[in-house]
Amino acid sequence: MTARATDSRTAVPAVAADDRRRWFRGQAFWLVAPALLLLVICLGLPLAIVTLRSFSEPQWGWQNYAWFFGTPVNLTVLQRTFTISAWVTLVCLIAGYPYAYLMTAVGPKMRLILILCVLVPFWVSGVVRTLAWVILLQDSGVINSVIRAAGLGSVKLIRTQTGVVIGMAQVLLPFMILPLYSVMKTIDLRLMQAARSLGASPARAFAQVYLPLSLPGVYAGAIIVFILALGFYITPALLGGPRSTMLSTLIQNQVLSLLNWGRGGAMGVVLLIATFVLLALAAPLTRQPHKTGSGR
Amino acid sequence: MKQPGRILLGLFCLLVAVWLVAPTIVVVPMSFNDKKSLAFPPSGFSWQWYQNFFTNPEWSASLVGSLKVAVVTAVFATVIGTLAAFGLDRMKSRVSGVLRALLITPMVVPGVVLAVGIYAVYLDTQLVGTMTGFVLAHTMLAVPFVIIAVSASLEVFDKRLETAAASLGATRLTAFRTVTLPLIAPGILSGLLFAFVTSFDEIIVALFITSPYLKTLPVQIFSSITRDADPTVAAVGTLLFIATSLVIGAGLLIGSRQGKR
Repeated sequence: MTARATDSRTAVPAVAADDRRRWFRGQAFWLVAPALLLLVICLGLPLAIVTLRSFSEPQWGWQNYAWFFGTPVNLTVLQRTFTISAWVTLVCLIAGYPYAYLMTAVGPKMRLILILCVLVPFWVSGVVRTLAWVILLQDSGVINSVIRAAGLGSVKLIRTQTGVVIGMAQVLLPFMILPLYSVMKTIDLRLMQAARSLGASPARAFAQVYLPLSLPGVYAGAIIVFILALGFYITPALLGGPRSTMLSTLIQNQVLSLLNWGRGGAMGVVLLIATFVLLALAAPLTRQPHKTGSGR
Repeated sequence: MKQPGRILLGLFCLLVAVWLVAPTIVVVPMSFNDKKSLAFPPSGFSWQWYQNFFTNPEWSASLVGSLKVAVVTAVFATVIGTLAAFGLDRMKSRVSGVLRALLITPMVVPGVVLAVGIYAVYLDTQLVGTMTGFVLAHTMLAVPFVIIAVSASLEVFDKRLETAAASLGATRLTAFRTVTLPLIAPGILSGLLFAFVTSFDEIIVALFITSPYLKTLPVQIFSSITRDADPTVAAVGTLLFIATSLVIGAGLLIGSRQGKR
């Protein structure tokens, strides 16, 4: 039933070929229809309700948005959400770029090991991963034990912004490395040799040849990490303290604890708009001229 | 690149790899702690937290709940996602591009916003804490992964093979069953796996729509972490790590046997 539309010139056994072709054209849509229906019910409807309530509760108007943008605490959290996301993106880029490059430069066996290291955190339950970070970062944790053993005193990591960034960046790093790798593996390394043979220093060859070619991967990785970071909830909730609250926690608080659907909805809409505006702005940057890299 | 630069790069990447993997490993020793604490290093050895996981009804019920939801979700998501991938593959590229972007939006919508919306809908339709509610939401979240996985294998699938089968007299259904399906099976299988894991691991929506009657494992883990320092969580983490490693290992074996990537 799901065979592909064959070329009309091929000798398909002629059982009502006309009939079949007509059936085909509409069929492609019907195959997608269940997925679309599910999307409308489970994504479209919920987001519509959130948006509606942000305007309708407790009464019609812009009150919830006025409250959101008029309350300094909210603006601090909004700004902090963007700051933390930017830091996470930067950390992921700094850690992920050389890593992805190395993946393209080693033999197949080593590459498999490197890929496995990227995938291991992907496949272990997100909540457990965050627990692991609690164990590592807490005052009596692994990192502090090491620092103390080295005689350097102790560092406050848990319930701080630094701790949140470290934990989030680890969770999100695979989303940076995979797009980077998929772009970098298409770059012909002989171009670097050519640049070197024409007298460019290694740094110059990198800056003028390799870096520009890898930029689509950088943009793709950065935007997906930044967007996912904006909406992060579990990691900041468990690793962060009151001074590292992010927007998602505020939303959850408004809806579940204060039962204020209007205010929670307004914050949700702000987060949603930020996400989609960023996506729309970044989309043209992530296109690769010769080949579109897929994220996986 | 020169030697010293190469070594420096290798060392840096080793650090990154440790950073990626260490949090997964660190839960293993914690799970054998003999005291009810998450302080590192553990002070003694015991199996009690594993015992607790399998005997405490709170934990075992959440495991069963999660498995049920994840299995049903994986089946639904795989069917819906595979159909969609076929449909997209067959459309004009402009139409399919727009639809594809639309269909993978669940991956980028901030979790809490989505969860709040779904919670609102479920409150009105009495779906909070029901199997149907969990499966609906999780299927929606899992379908994009199936579409991506199946589309990837459709992209490398040589369409002329179907034409060849048809020219040899196969009906469309026969051609699909005997030619197309076996060739894209790895894609469908990895889609199925992704869907299962997406559901099994999903927490944000689950936190909102959970009830005392139906709780999933991540919700139970989360409430345990926020309540007290119970090493049972570490035991669960270790078990999950072993289980997923086995699945990945099997996948790699199958993959290498088929000589693909």
